[in-house]
Amino acid sequence: MTDGSPQPAPDADDEVRRLEQERAAVVDQDVRRTTGDETLVQRLVDAVTGPNVVVTLLAIVLALVIGAVLIAVSDAEARTSLAYVFARPGDFFGAAWTAISDSYGALAKGAVGSRNGITESLLAATPLILTGLAVALPFRAGLFNIGGEGQVIAGGMVASWVGFSASGLPLVVHLPLALAAGIVGGALMGWIPGVLKTRTGAHEVITTIMLNNIARIALSYALTSAIFLGPNNVNPRGLSVPDSARLPRLFDSRLNAGIIVAIVAAILLYYLMERSSRGFEIEAVGLNPHAASSAGMSVARATIFTLAGAGALAGLAGAVLGLGVAAGGITTGFSAGVGFDGITVALLGRARVPGTVAAGLLFGALSIGGRAMQAQAGINLDLVGVLQALIILFVAAPALVQALFRLKRARPGVTPGMTAGESA
Amino acid sequence: MELELRGITKRFPGVIANDHVDLRVTDGEIHGLLGENGAGKSTLMNILYGLYSADEGEILIDGSPVELDGPADAIAAGIGMVHQHFMLVPVFTVAENITLGTEMVRPGGRLDRSAADDAVRELSVRHGLPVEPDAVVENLPVGLQQRVEILKALYRDAQLLILDEPTAVLTPPEADDLFEAMASLRDDGRSLVFISHKLREHRAIADRISVLRRGRIVGTADPREASEQELADLMVGRPVDLVVDKTPSAAGDVVLEARGLGVVDDEGSPLLTDVDLAVRRGEIVAVAGVEGNGQGTLVACVTGLRSPDSGSVTLRGTDLSATSRVDLLRGGIGHVPEDRNRDGLVGPMSIAENLILDHWDAEPYASRGLLQFATIRRHADEAVEAYDIRTPSSATSAGSLSGGNQQKVVVAREFDKDNDLLVAAQPTRGVDVGSIEYIHKRIVQERDGGTAVLIVSSELDEVLALADRVAVMFHGRLMGPFDMPIDKSAIGQMMAGADPADILGDRPATPDGPTADVDAIDEEQS
Repeated sequence: MTDGSPQPAPDADDEVRRLEQERAAVVDQDVRRTTGDETLVQRLVDAVTGPNVVVTLLAIVLALVIGAVLIAVSDAEARTSLAYVFARPGDFFGAAWTAISDSYGALAKGAVGSRNGITESLLAATPLILTGLAVALPFRAGLFNIGGEGQVIAGGMVASWVGFSASGLPLVVHLPLALAAGIVGGALMGWIPGVLKTRTGAHEVITTIMLNNIARIALSYALTSAIFLGPNNVNPRGLSVPDSARLPRLFDSRLNAGIIVAIVAAILLYYLMERSSRGFEIEAVGLNPHAASSAGMSVARATIFTLAGAGALAGLAGAVLGLGVAAGGITTGFSAGVGFDGITVALLGRARVPGTVAAGLLFGALSIGGRAMQAQAGINLDLVGVLQALIILFVAAPALVQALFRLKRARPGVTPGMTAGESA
Repeated sequence: MELELRGITKRFPGVIANDHVDLRVTDGEIHGLLGENGAGKSTLMNILYGLYSADEGEILIDGSPVELDGPADAIAAGIGMVHQHFMLVPVFTVAENITLGTEMVRPGGRLDRSAADDAVRELSVRHGLPVEPDAVVENLPVGLQQRVEILKALYRDAQLLILDEPTAVLTPPEADDLFEAMASLRDDGRSLVFISHKLREHRAIADRISVLRRGRIVGTADPREASEQELADLMVGRPVDLVVDKTPSAAGDVVLEARGLGVVDDEGSPLLTDVDLAVRRGEIVAVAGVEGNGQGTLVACVTGLRSPDSGSVTLRGTDLSATSRVDLLRGGIGHVPEDRNRDGLVGPMSIAENLILDHWDAEPYASRGLLQFATIRRHADEAVEAYDIRTPSSATSAGSLSGGNQQKVVVAREFDKDNDLLVAAQPTRGVDVGSIEYIHKRIVQERDGGTAVLIVSSELDEVLALADRVAVMFHGRLMGPFDMPIDKSAIGQMMAGADPADILGDRPATPDGPTADVDAIDEEQS
């Protein structure tokens, strides 16, 4: 109980103003897009030191640590020496260290340790980047696209068909035409759940999963018909795409121009999301559809646009496969699950374009490195799957990572008494 | 029960919600806790109810310190709480809700409903709080639901009752009932803590008032001696202008005209029935009414968010249904939505982005499809300055601002346009007194600049302070508008459904609104 009579100090208003500003500065964590007039260097520094990036990097470290334990346990020599670890601990730790360093050494060397490794990693990363973006784009509008796989299949089928059925066209016409066909095929596949959602309210997760099945079965069926197989062919492998529609090889390796296509797509998407008014609308719809529609934005437009756009990106991934590694003729398994891998890539990249590209490159490198690890260190390729799953697990549980590394972070959510609680 | 808080301190990252708060509530007193939104009232009460633990300080009950680790401890210690948002199971009966957690069972684990009903009936008679034990809670009016909450606390033998903003959801007559019940509980020897930011209510019911500002107790006052002005100054920390300063209106031609508006919900029950309303250039028409009587639907119809099932809305003579919402917002309508967090702001986006939310793809903020960041930022910096938005920068996210400053962002966006019509629903809800003063001033400025202003508010004081003409909504019907001045209690009665003809005698309603027929609805209510 201080003063009993109302005697407000004359400078109280300034005091209040200062406190309000301080509080907002602390509560606020996302100083974002409107800082667009900063220099590129500043933005890069901000991006790499942002709390999300730190958590992601730590998640990767944690996953590698757990992976190391798994390697040590699965190594025969380490297991044997574990039996007498208290008598001769050096044996166990020595053996474990050898197993771990051999495995991770092979992983790293296989992925980026040679020219061949790098080009193979980039080749594996190409469709992952595109399918990752295909999940990231609708994510920004608050939609979960599980249909990447079906969109990849649709895009690949259409691109491949345009590739092998047109002939006599020059490369500069034929290749872009086939790629565009893949984009259109995938976009159609993404447009369907978008329209279903806006017209009937059907949830996009359900519809895209179902469309995956439809696409998969349609592919199996197509690979029994003469349209894809040509006459007198009983193998379920589609016709080969002529050179005029194949993605040109780069650096005298298996890597093809698909990586360039993916990077161009990523740059365009970056401009759309971070710089354009359309991207602003998508973002607003994703963060608060009520306020967005109150401001005159169209939730339906954003829904259809992002899902169709996602389909276009995944369809492009399918086209890159169908005109690249599977140019010899598509098979029932040509998509190899890249549509589903795109979900994890986008999650790791936090649905941001640069993050998703980085995550795609990482997962591409991991899959190539994993093969080398299996061949040279005898570690099962499945370990790579475990590593990827662990990374996602830790990224999805930032509080766990922060607790493990004693990171402190003031978030708006932990001040309920002063923000949401009392303003309600 | 005597309660004492000593040096209670609670810190959240970046803020001290409670800073060495000392508070004493004696036996049989109603202790008013007055403070702006964000002053730390709710935090303090949540500590007292065991929902938060204090970083420093102690709680003493009848002189001995207690540890309150969760609501169960608080209830055991005789503390009961009536939350602002009721903690009731809507599909359960009154008796089920009251006995929830302490159900009476027969052998074999069967619920003994009749014993529960009897216990509740006995309790309600004893405290003079009549309820029907087997009524389903979701069918009850808000005032009765609140009564169930109070009975729930009394059933657990609460000696100290905390009421968190209990009047926010009540009509004035319901509030009077509540005050009566509170007084009888006090006379019964119980202590009550009454939280509100409405000065008038504190003066009406509290025995003693403690004023909380920025987490600190800045004074205690005797409601019989302190004036509202003194309390307001103490609460805000500087002299406050409680009266809105405005000249008589100079109403011009009709800008907004609604004729025979009718809207029904998905189940076919009416939300709006035959609403006629005209708002003229240079006047403020305020619509009073308890929330949920169709005001939201009315606002949606006159701002182009929803098209009415029958009747028409015209803006300067052109039908609203012919124009899209985005064109309306850019071509003459400013709209401050009722729920700013839901409809007015995108919380994680910056202030600058929120300021262009309805002009996101228009010049000069966007050009050839690309956002013009420099322009957006300059515009935001100007608005932050002009509307006194207190923030470290215009790049700060809107969600991290205090309620008053969030509302200023919405106000800045909607007022800064060249409006013919301004529609503001609950323009000062959850806004501190200082910002209320400011927003009211801006609304009057808009009017004086020749805008037609429609205000919807459930705060009677706000309606009376701003309005040139007043209308009342009840069960989807609009009564009035009536010319000011009008008796406050008359509006209060109309808010509860009374027939204006009975209250106002033969006083004529202004030409655009025939007086509503409320007899039919009265039956429905009883």
